[in-house]
Amino acid sequence: MNIIVCIKQVPDTNEAKIDPVRGTLIREGLPSIINPDDRNALEEALRIKDEMEGVKVTAISMGPPQAEIALVEALAMGADEAILLTDRALAGSDTLATSTALSAVIRYIGDFDLIFCGRQAIDGETAHVGPQIAEHLNIPQITCVEELKIEGRRVIAKRALEDGYFIVEAEMPLLLTAAKELNQPRYPSIKGIFEGFKGDRIKIVSPNDVNCDVTTVGLEGSPTRVVETFPPPIKSRDLEMLEGSPAEQARQLLQRLREEKIV
Amino acid sequence: MDFLLTREQEMVRTVMRKFAENEVKPIAAEIDESGRFPRETVKKMARYNMLGIPFPKEYGGAGGDDISYVIAVEEISKVCAATGVILSAHTSLASWPIYKYGTEEQKQKYLVPLAKGEKLGAFALTEPNAGTDAAAQQTTAVLKGDNYMLNGRKIFVTNGGQADIYIVFAMTDRSRKHKGISAFIVEKDFPGFSIGKIENKMGIRASATTELILEDCVVPRENILGKEGEGFKIAMASLDGGRIGIAAQALGIAEGAFEETVKYVKEREQFGKPLAKFQGLQWMIADMATDIEAAKLLVYKAAMHKQKGLSYTKEAAMAKLFAANTAMDVTTKCVQLHGGYGYIKDYPVERMMRDAKITEIYEGTSQVMQMVIAANILR
Repeated sequence: MNIIVCIKQVPDTNEAKIDPVRGTLIREGLPSIINPDDRNALEEALRIKDEMEGVKVTAISMGPPQAEIALVEALAMGADEAILLTDRALAGSDTLATSTALSAVIRYIGDFDLIFCGRQAIDGETAHVGPQIAEHLNIPQITCVEELKIEGRRVIAKRALEDGYFIVEAEMPLLLTAAKELNQPRYPSIKGIFEGFKGDRIKIVSPNDVNCDVTTVGLEGSPTRVVETFPPPIKSRDLEMLEGSPAEQARQLLQRLREEKIV
Repeated sequence: MDFLLTREQEMVRTVMRKFAENEVKPIAAEIDESGRFPRETVKKMARYNMLGIPFPKEYGGAGGDDISYVIAVEEISKVCAATGVILSAHTSLASWPIYKYGTEEQKQKYLVPLAKGEKLGAFALTEPNAGTDAAAQQTTAVLKGDNYMLNGRKIFVTNGGQADIYIVFAMTDRSRKHKGISAFIVEKDFPGFSIGKIENKMGIRASATTELILEDCVVPRENILGKEGEGFKIAMASLDGGRIGIAAQALGIAEGAFEETVKYVKEREQFGKPLAKFQGLQWMIADMATDIEAAKLLVYKAAMHKQKGLSYTKEAAMAKLFAANTAMDVTTKCVQLHGGYGYIKDYPVERMMRDAKITEIYEGTSQVMQMVIAANILR
């Protein structure tokens, strides 16, 4: 079985500081990490590899040359191969251009049974790229996967909704996007780190190498225009302090929760 | 001259830090309190090749380097010094002598499972009457047919009772004094091998420290490490490397306590402002940060010497002397900056101060480090 995992290198927003004057993210000096949901996507692919015979996991990414580090980490976690699509022409790609470019890499790889993406990235938070890749490749997709079972060519997934879940079945080949509830990602192994950095473990390709028309990627291929970015207005919330003994407070709290039909 | 880590070492640091934060820190206070050996952590470290970092892949290791090993001990020790020394004793004192002095058969049989982390290692040199004077060994080894018979008592064995493989030192020829000491690879299941008293310690309480009893312990002849009479040399060389590990542990303890304290002084308010705004306390912070940086440079330099195949006896001794002193000094100041809360187990600096003390004692006391440094300069 061939599994492809799409990975994005993102700034670690957990470490982010906000410019107190402008209210924007200070990007300088932020460490780069594998997008957290993508880590769950990779873990699921590796779990399948651990449990089944003959599974090959290929991690792919689009990004600047330094995104290679994210792929080294993927190799150190256990991916068999890694491909980085990198070129100046790709800079400024929106989600459509990104999914176009990654689909070209996937067609270039050719054989695949499963494609995993993370649900969404912590920098853009769009959750577009996975579904768009599935559309480009004309294959089924299951998004927000929290649990996954594989029975032959059949995939049974628990797909998260805001207030419940679907159990969805589909046949391979298909694309899945991983929610963080799907699993607990493993760490890269120390041996894997030293192997990952050696020589030519990562294949570097350009749009040309993967038959990707450069007019469909980068700024030129990106119909999205960011008009403005701003922090969301903070909704004022009513704060009510309960008074009395702990038992009385608990009683009042329960009563209020009942009134609000929360319990 | 380059003070920057390689990309590999940077990634090792990131991974070790995350591993320490997620897997080691949450249980650090509990295993300190109960003195429970964290078997589950050892298993996790094995999974990610953390128990064989500096050894080649063909011997089950991670194919890493000495700096990466030091980083691993440092990062683990930032959150739990007991777990740090489990890693250090296993790697430097048990696995390394086999890597350095073992035959190919010994490496295959013992180093491979140690480096893979399938087996845990320990080092048994100290005796009730042979502490700093390690040459005064009373344990004896007598060759009888195809086996050596070992008799004696070892104490303060780190990983004792938890380890599967022990490097044990014994006299094969008392008349030759320290040149009559030999080293043996002893399995825990060899006849006549048993664990005695389990020590109840001030710090690093989750690290197992035990007595080891050898009563006509039968050790196959092929399990001698090096040649007869090479034991003292092997012990001293192993301790040179071990000291880099302990220096890294001490560095980690100091850094861990310091990080906690920087957080605390920014939050804790007295007289209407955070402690961090008091200049007298800022001076303490500045001095601690400077000492930690100096310790780090000494520790990494010693590891670099080892990695490059240069002599590192003096460098390791300086690193351990300074880093251990820094650990004790910094943790004491960190408790002080926490005030009353620093003396309470709710804050980790209390544990860190207790843990720091041992780094000035084991694998050669600070006074022995001074002897080693002076001997290297004045020879």
